[in-house]
Amino acid sequence: MKRVYPDKNYCIGCHLCELACITAHSKSKDLIIAYREERGKDGLSPCKRVFEKGDTCVAISCRHCDEPSCVAACISGGLHKDPETGRTVYDRNKCVGCWSCLMACPYGAIRRHPTEGKIVKCDLCDGREEGPACVAACPNAALKFEER
Amino acid sequence: MKYVIIGNGVASIGAIEGIRKVDTENEILVIGAEDSPAYGRPLISYLLAGKIGPERLALRPKDFYGKSNVTLKLGTRVESIDTKAQTVQTNKGESIEYENLLIATGGIPFTPPIPGSEGKDVYNFTNLEHAQTLISKARNIKRAVVIGGGLIGLKAGESLFDRGVDVTILELSPRILSLAFDENAASLAGGRLAEVGLNVRCGVTAKEIQRDADGELKGVHLTDGDFLQTDVVVIAIGVIPNYNLAKESDIAVDRGIKVDDHMRTSAKGVFAAGDVAQAKDLLFGDDRVIPIWTNAYNQGFCAGKNMTGTDIEFKGSLAMNSISFYGLPTISVGTVNPPKDDSSYEVAVHLDEKKKSYRKLVFQNDHLVGYVLVGDIDMAGMYTAFVKFQMAVPEDAKKQIMAGEPDVLMWPDDFFKETWNPGWEEAD
Amino acid sequence: MGSPVDIPVYWDRMLLDASQVTNPSIDPLREPMELKTFLGAKPKKVNIVTGKNGKPELKTKLTPQLELDIPIMFAAMSFGAINFNLHRAMARAATATGTAYNTGEGGLHKSLYKYGKNTIVQVASGRFGVHLDYLKAGAGIEIKVGQGAKPGIGGHLPGEKINDKVSETRMVPIGSDAISPAPHHDIYSIEDLLQLIYALKEASEYKVPISVKIAAVHNVAAIASGIARAGADIITVDGMRGGTGAAPAMIRDNVGIPIELALAQVDQRLRDEGIRNNVSVVAAGGIRCAGDVIKAIALGADAVYIGTATLIAVGCTICGRCYTGKCPWGIATNDPKLSKRQNPDIAAKKLTNLIRAWGHEIEEMLGGMGLNSIESLRGNRDKLRGVGLSDTELDILGIKHAGR
Repeated sequence: MKRVYPDKNYCIGCHLCELACITAHSKSKDLIIAYREERGKDGLSPCKRVFEKGDTCVAISCRHCDEPSCVAACISGGLHKDPETGRTVYDRNKCVGCWSCLMACPYGAIRRHPTEGKIVKCDLCDGREEGPACVAACPNAALKFEER
Repeated sequence: MKYVIIGNGVASIGAIEGIRKVDTENEILVIGAEDSPAYGRPLISYLLAGKIGPERLALRPKDFYGKSNVTLKLGTRVESIDTKAQTVQTNKGESIEYENLLIATGGIPFTPPIPGSEGKDVYNFTNLEHAQTLISKARNIKRAVVIGGGLIGLKAGESLFDRGVDVTILELSPRILSLAFDENAASLAGGRLAEVGLNVRCGVTAKEIQRDADGELKGVHLTDGDFLQTDVVVIAIGVIPNYNLAKESDIAVDRGIKVDDHMRTSAKGVFAAGDVAQAKDLLFGDDRVIPIWTNAYNQGFCAGKNMTGTDIEFKGSLAMNSISFYGLPTISVGTVNPPKDDSSYEVAVHLDEKKKSYRKLVFQNDHLVGYVLVGDIDMAGMYTAFVKFQMAVPEDAKKQIMAGEPDVLMWPDDFFKETWNPGWEEAD
Repeated sequence: MGSPVDIPVYWDRMLLDASQVTNPSIDPLREPMELKTFLGAKPKKVNIVTGKNGKPELKTKLTPQLELDIPIMFAAMSFGAINFNLHRAMARAATATGTAYNTGEGGLHKSLYKYGKNTIVQVASGRFGVHLDYLKAGAGIEIKVGQGAKPGIGGHLPGEKINDKVSETRMVPIGSDAISPAPHHDIYSIEDLLQLIYALKEASEYKVPISVKIAAVHNVAAIASGIARAGADIITVDGMRGGTGAAPAMIRDNVGIPIELALAQVDQRLRDEGIRNNVSVVAAGGIRCAGDVIKAIALGADAVYIGTATLIAVGCTICGRCYTGKCPWGIATNDPKLSKRQNPDIAAKKLTNLIRAWGHEIEEMLGGMGLNSIESLRGNRDKLRGVGLSDTELDILGIKHAGR
């Protein structure tokens, strides 16, 4: 299954991946409206997190692990593995906002939604024809969407 | 039958998913005492509180058992296991042969011998049936006393309170959640509960449950001499492994069913997982019963894989709890209260009472072995990584972690590579 | 491009021919076009005999040649002056397009030895990074006597730009300026140069062509003649408008002559002396586009080097601050924070595109002239006409004025 692999040798910490992510997940699909309005009003947040340390940076998002810690921790069945696509799928309707997955994921891939008692986790831009928005937006090919 | 699982909780689900990772052919039989398919046990407090309806309880989609080629025998209890003949006997009179058996019978509420506890209106709170009973009772009662200030007790108390009942929680130790929390975290959480109007009394427990001549529950006598009038009592002191089935079948038990690194019990072809099992602890290396949801799933998953013949070692249980108190989130992982006289432990604490924010990090010999977070829980996963993967923490990283900024770039280079770019080399 | 001086760009004053009616054009998308170029000494005549199996056989032993699919090479820009990632990109792009890149005077990193077939290793006056394995790694060895941007002096690498990898490859200490001496301290006459050329031939077992790079100065033609007679296989002439990472501004702007004039004179002198075939001539110094390339070839070059153009392809804006080591595009620096801005995957693609695009344009222009081989254009001054040039300039360039 294809995943988004980060390359910390070439990430320049520009955060364009985060912007592309919120645009792709916004209602308006417009960067300016997504950033200026939907972020504040609806708590729209990126599924990606850019870490920086000295000269190195890297953009992290859900690994869609083969054996996910979050699925093991989820008390409501809101997170489960899709046997066909291999993705770790989040069902908002089942989630009760207990944060067990946030605690269990050792990759920092799960964050609290700022306004609703739900989580924010990468869904590999499910439904987006061109694939993950972050990969397309990275100007230095530091994110690759491929099978390994 | 190649795979038989006794129990229909989260360890059972883990086992099904573990088996199916390797073996998609052979049928699995699950025998569950309860009447419903696997449900999220911790959700019973949300159900009792009225936050969710019964349609959200199921742990997996309706077609999960069908798609996974699992036969579900509900409302059936296993009465005995014949480890020599490799069969189990049910209360419906069936005898089922097994090649691989998993005992995932979970835990049962620990009921201490309190005088007056026999009879009406004294309840436990560990399964759906208990929740349903309390929901129907909650309509007609004014007051409740919950004995036990641990996870179950607090959740039971909160849920009844949300239904409009006046609740008092009794906790014997000096603070609530004595295992998962330290004084600071317990004080912040307790403070929040008090703000909302929930009564928590520490350092006391019930001495006797008072009933009148007709056996009707009147109230509870406390160990400090006080008397609380109440309509129901919920005993929520804890759970103990439900291992009688194994014990009676001559399978080795200690505090729980003893299992090795591959979740195998002392009987051939018999495995155990979940709250009933006593398995390797990640941090201490010895065998413990760690009745935590995630561990139950992981143990079940590991057992499942081993049942197919694959050799997978269990990495070890890790204590972890995520509990919110009326909007105040808390997370506790690993060793939270290290022995004060052991110098190998180092503790870093950051407390902001006004913001109700707390962070405690426990290091042992340059490894992070536990943490507690109250309020600002967003970095929890990153701390968990250090505990779970037992990564050595160099001095500069330690400073950053103590300042509340752990991140993946602190990981050793090769571990980072293995995690994020496994098996990939950059072309020259 | 490397110097902001206001001296005429002769490329812009020369115009190419095209076919109309007589000698019809060739469509490069339909007919094969040959851009292949061999750099090295060519024999005066070849001796072909019929072999045992009845097929023709070449009896003449050829001297080593550097085979290029297109007569455009990436110029010498040392590792240290530019980002190591760009060396990787140039190595990959050169391999992909069948051309070559020059290591410059910073040595060759071990991980790039595998691209040796498309690498020309340079031996400059500082002898940085020069050892036996280095000499055997490339498909050609170049002795750098001078550089167009700063004739008469050696290369400059400020200490700020030297980190551990640069230090290891160049074999110099970290942090101290690496300044190459003005002359090679073992070349004080043409005979000395001959000795060095043959020493390198011995070291490389006569397997690769030896090139000598000189800056375009006043007596460049005579020098070129001497170099050809000293045994060099290739002569690289670098004009005053060539780029540099660090050079004293006075020297950059006031020393040397433009490549167009130098090239024409070198080619003419070698022809006059009957030794033009003994060497290949490579032109460098401010080649900006495919038009410049084709004009250079028409003036007599066998191939060209592009330096600044290569860097512009990967983002250079010619701000002229290379010597600070703070290049914001990560081109002229090896600072870890900045150098990662050049991803070799992306840069290699851009460089490959550059070469391929210019290749297409050259084929179009060749076809337009009714030629299907670059060899037919080589030194073919008749295909050029000058415009707005004085008689002297026309005479030096060896071309007629437009209209004649």
